[in-house]
Amino acid sequence: MSAEAGTLTPVGYIKHHLTNLQWCPQDALVDGHCTGFWTLHLDSLIISAVLGLVFFSLMALVARKATAGVPSKAQSLVELVVDTIDKQVKETFHGDSKLVTPVAITIFVWVFLMNAMDLIPVDFLPVTASAVGVHYLKAVPTTDPNLTFAMSITVLLLVYFMNLKVKGVGGFAHELLSAPFGLWLAPVNLAFRVIEDFSKTISLAMRLFGNMFAGEMVFILIALMGVYQVPLGLAWAIFHILVITLQAFIFMMLTIVYLSMAAESH
Amino acid sequence: MSLNATLIGQAIWFLIFIWITMKFVWPPLERAMANRQKQIAEGLEAAERAKKDLDLAGRRAGDIVREAKVASADTVAQAEKRAQQLIEEAKENARNEYEKIVARAQIEFEQEVERARQHLRERLSELAVAGAEKILQKEINPALHAEMLNALKQEL
Repeated sequence: MSAEAGTLTPVGYIKHHLTNLQWCPQDALVDGHCTGFWTLHLDSLIISAVLGLVFFSLMALVARKATAGVPSKAQSLVELVVDTIDKQVKETFHGDSKLVTPVAITIFVWVFLMNAMDLIPVDFLPVTASAVGVHYLKAVPTTDPNLTFAMSITVLLLVYFMNLKVKGVGGFAHELLSAPFGLWLAPVNLAFRVIEDFSKTISLAMRLFGNMFAGEMVFILIALMGVYQVPLGLAWAIFHILVITLQAFIFMMLTIVYLSMAAESH
Repeated sequence: MSLNATLIGQAIWFLIFIWITMKFVWPPLERAMANRQKQIAEGLEAAERAKKDLDLAGRRAGDIVREAKVASADTVAQAEKRAQQLIEEAKENARNEYEKIVARAQIEFEQEVERARQHLRERLSELAVAGAEKILQKEINPALHAEMLNALKQEL
């Protein structure tokens, strides 16, 4: 259990683990807690950025030295990941995939890495952080809805971009008003479309957030069980490897599907 | 669950990482993989072609060997025929030579016989004269009877 929580009750421990390291302007502080929109979760911002910068830079470095000949081990690994994703994209998306494949690669790799932070024992990073004076740390960025919604909203914007690029403004407007019931029910069509896009975006974000939050919650609960946490934590971690990969894959696949729907004309 | 400005920050990170992947990760890898695919395809094609070439070369080699066999058989047959001819010619020559030698020997032999007969004839006449001389020693003068003896020699 983490000693820095102050209150050593299970509820206090859990609450402490689920609190982000926050930063906000002085005037937004209420009783030492940040309120209002202009709050930044420094932990998820920094951890996701470090993971992304390190691994995408590494991939870019490997890609820069990529040869068509016998690939190095690093190149083989990156190619394995990238090629698998590209195959998924090509199976689903039948247009020009200059945008779709990189987006899919980014989503899978980044989400997978952030989810994988879950496998680091729950107290390890918070205790380390508190030793250097940081008293709150939520180590898994995907358990922060701000991150999952940021991604799903960006995906929604990419979908609109793809729609406009493929169909043009007129074509897209026509589709908004006429699909699926025809032009004479334009208001209904538009309402359906708005609901559809909302639900797509929310479900995409909530699915990832919910799964990772629940997984993290189980890890925290296991960590409360004294010595039994060792076998239980191990078992849950092994099972969680599957969840981590699956959630990253699902987020990526759904993004590909949404983008390919956007690129198809009705 | 509180949505706040973190969302904007994360969206910016997301876009930056998409940009990095789109600019620096995916294009070189795609190029490398496409090139490798092309190289492998070319390699396979070259192997296929080489196999076909080998097949063809094998068949051509078989043809050449067969032709060579036929040609060598011809040559051997010709050589045998020629050898036979040479033997025949040699036999013919030998027979001719033999006949010539035999004929010459025959002639020489006959000449020798003739010469011996001549010699014998002369010796016999001398012997006759010697006998007659012994018989007629005293009363016969060889000079006187030479004429008669010569006539006798002619008759012999």
